Amino acid sequence: MVKSGTIILNTAARFLMPLQLMFSVFLLLRGHDEPGGGFIAGLVAAGAFTLYLFAFGVSATKEVLRMVDPRDLIGAGLFFGMISVVPAWFMGQPFLTAQWWTIPVIDFKASTPLIFDIGVYLAVLGSVMGMVMALMEVDKDEP
Amino acid sequence: MQFAVLMGFVLAASSPLLNRWFGERTSLLLALFPAFLAGWFFSQAPLVLSDGPQLLEWSWVPSLGISLSFLLDGLSLLFGLLITVIGTCVLVYAGGYLKGHQDIARFHLALVAFMASMLGLVLADGLLTLFIFWELTSITSYLLIGFNHTDIEARKSARQGLFVTVAGGLALMAGLVLLGIASGSWSLSEILQSDDDLRQHALYAPMLICLLLGAFTKSAQFPFHFWLPNAMAAPTPVSAYLHSATMVKAGIYLLARLQPELGGTAMWVTILSVVGATTMLTGAFLAIHHTNIKKLLAYSTIMALGTLTMLLGIGSEYAMTAFVTFLLAHSMYKGALFMVAGILDHETGTKDVTAMGGLRSVMPVTAVIAFVAALSLAGVPPLFGFIGKELMLEAALGAERIQLLLVLFAFLAAILTIAVAAIIALRPFYGARHETPQTPHEAPLSMLIGPGLLAFGSLALGLAPAVLGADALLTSAATAVAGETLPVSLSLWYGVNVALIMSVVSLIFGFLLFKRWDSVRAQLARLAPVMRHGPEAGYEGLMNGVVRFSEWQTRLLQNGYMRNYILVMLVVLIALIGNSILLRHSPQLALSLDVRFHEVIVVGTMAMGALFATISRSRLGAVVSVGIMGFSIALIFILFSAPDLGITQLLVETMTVILLVLVLFRLPRFSNLSTNLERIRDGAVAATMGVLIFLLIITAWSIDQFESISTYMVENSAPLAYGRNIVNVILVDYRALDTLGEMFVLALAAIGVIAMLKLRHGETEGKATDSDKASVKEPYDG
Repeated sequence: MVKSGTIILNTAARFLMPLQLMFSVFLLLRGHDEPGGGFIAGLVAAGAFTLYLFAFGVSATKEVLRMVDPRDLIGAGLFFGMISVVPAWFMGQPFLTAQWWTIPVIDFKASTPLIFDIGVYLAVLGSVMGMVMALMEVDKDEP
Repeated sequence: MQFAVLMGFVLAASSPLLNRWFGERTSLLLALFPAFLAGWFFSQAPLVLSDGPQLLEWSWVPSLGISLSFLLDGLSLLFGLLITVIGTCVLVYAGGYLKGHQDIARFHLALVAFMASMLGLVLADGLLTLFIFWELTSITSYLLIGFNHTDIEARKSARQGLFVTVAGGLALMAGLVLLGIASGSWSLSEILQSDDDLRQHALYAPMLICLLLGAFTKSAQFPFHFWLPNAMAAPTPVSAYLHSATMVKAGIYLLARLQPELGGTAMWVTILSVVGATTMLTGAFLAIHHTNIKKLLAYSTIMALGTLTMLLGIGSEYAMTAFVTFLLAHSMYKGALFMVAGILDHETGTKDVTAMGGLRSVMPVTAVIAFVAALSLAGVPPLFGFIGKELMLEAALGAERIQLLLVLFAFLAAILTIAVAAIIALRPFYGARHETPQTPHEAPLSMLIGPGLLAFGSLALGLAPAVLGADALLTSAATAVAGETLPVSLSLWYGVNVALIMSVVSLIFGFLLFKRWDSVRAQLARLAPVMRHGPEAGYEGLMNGVVRFSEWQTRLLQNGYMRNYILVMLVVLIALIGNSILLRHSPQLALSLDVRFHEVIVVGTMAMGALFATISRSRLGAVVSVGIMGFSIALIFILFSAPDLGITQLLVETMTVILLVLVLFRLPRFSNLSTNLERIRDGAVAATMGVLIFLLIITAWSIDQFESISTYMVENSAPLAYGRNIVNVILVDYRALDTLGEMFVLALAAIGVIAMLKLRHGETEGKATDSDKASVKEPYDG
């Protein structure tokens, strides 16, 4: 159903996708203090890939994603979500208690909530992309 | 320790990777895990034996009183040692048994995960922790029975084992919850130490019945015993480990654990004695029907499990001593015998004992191991099994209730068991050589170490129980089961008494039965028409009934028309919400009509979108107008300064429109539009729903029962959670557990969607299999 895009769409998608992805990472990292966060950032990233998908089709998008299957992204997301709950145990605190570390040189707040948020990001991105690509693939084979 | 058990799961998850790195040596490498834990148990033993139960606390959610604490007393120490020592033997053995098997990584994964689950089960202090590990053992057992998943019988057996044990697991959960309520504590150690007498509690009977259902299904007690012989579809190391030495004893463990608190009542004694004795005799009787060596052993395991239940039912001091001794003896010789059965199967290519013969000359070591282990099974001195059997007969003789029945059953079971032992130890190894599918050789060393160790352990423990620490260990275990100090002092010779005479007589009869086994089996074959109506037929009938019922109700409710689903859902919602709002609350309209101009515009846009969606004649048009509504809602969020919600709504709306367009574009134009009557009906339902939602919001607004929690969150977000974005802090910190759950829901939903799309995709390419064809075709409709 999706015909390969027009020149405007193709050109725009090529430039917009990296920008959108960067923006999504930006949203992810600032999420704890400003509007943003893993869920929103995941959706923005999914939007970026979807735009590319509309412009260039499934196989081209798969190439952009390299070997990463969206389903693996879901798994990776759940994995990050799970491991972020563990550190508190070693500190003798209740399960899921947030842990904070400051990385000195760049003055960056690393924390288990951030790891957790990365998990949310990947799970959302993987889920949406998995569904969109599955739909597009069905589409491709049927006239 | 908790860490070690959890590491077991990590190890299980990484075993495919280890397999890639270490190849055939992975089994040995993984065996280090139980071996290390066995060392730990041995090192803890003196402490437990001298100081009594140890509680290893590890707080998890202290605010809810949930902890991952382990209770290490005599009973869990005994079980822990069984699990780890036999686990080491089995892993080493499996390395030889499944050498070169393509799916060995999957085997290692499930087996090590089982090991960790089983350890968690016997060590758990919390009732809910125990339940979770209990279910994990059912699931890993399912995976292991169905290991040869291309074999339909294996799949069927795996499913049967899962259904029976998980159905029992549900009852167990109810029982544990009742126990928690009745005792007021969720910790086993507290329940066991409390002074309250649960036997007098009003909930005692329902609690006991639920707990017993859980224990009986897990431990294959009559009439739930049928799943265990079918579970023999699993590879032999699994049968040796899960289905004789450890998992099937989980139910027994639970009963033994709760016996000090719940045991001794008339109900307990009667049910456990009768069910145990019946299981014991049924198992022994059914065993001699079979020539398949694994089935023989499986039924003899059922016999042993019945014996253990019966001993717990009798409940005397003798019975408790017999219980712990028999438990240890059985795990050792039965583990060894199963591994011998695996060697025979592996080397000859058949499981039929009547097809084997004269293997003694080619497999001398195996023959010796089988002989020693079978002597222990038969209960011949000086093996450890003899002590176990002696004590068991003694306990049956000393039973206070239905003594005659128990003694008779025990005696008959003993005769049959001796016949079984003789069949396994003598039939394959002596007599004339038979042609077998494969030319047999002596098994490799890796397959002999495990059974050899267990068989000669049986011999050593029989000769010198006190020297090897068995007395001390069993004293500690018996004390935990009895709830009071119970010294155990084992010996081969208790003097000439009734039990000894019964032993000797049963040996003679048993051997005679072995000699005439072939003709006895021919006679038993005539019983086949009666045997077909056993409990397994009941299970099949029940399962078929469930399938028929679900087919009927699926056809009734799931007709594949989206509009019907939505109609049903809305009508039900209207009935429930309407009822609640109109009866319990009276919505009060107290509105200040202080609306701004731009708000009117946004709401107006929304209404227009909704209206157009209902009258649009194209799907795309409808989707877009629903999208307009969504974007207007995002605008409202932004207007009321909730940027996070606004952005989320905007993005979700975008993705929804994209997904809908992708789906809807493939459908034809509306082929049949609703009739006028249908429109009136749908319109009425929609309008009622709208009015109800309005009333709901008004009601929710006017009720102000609790102080809003948002003030707390606003105040504490930055100081406690180091974040200024409250929405995000709630998602990833305050309510992270909810979010984690939602992540799993999202992942499952996505996987479901992908699977369904790929399935339809496969169908269009003509790859449809029979099961696919049976699935409901979703009609395209307008």
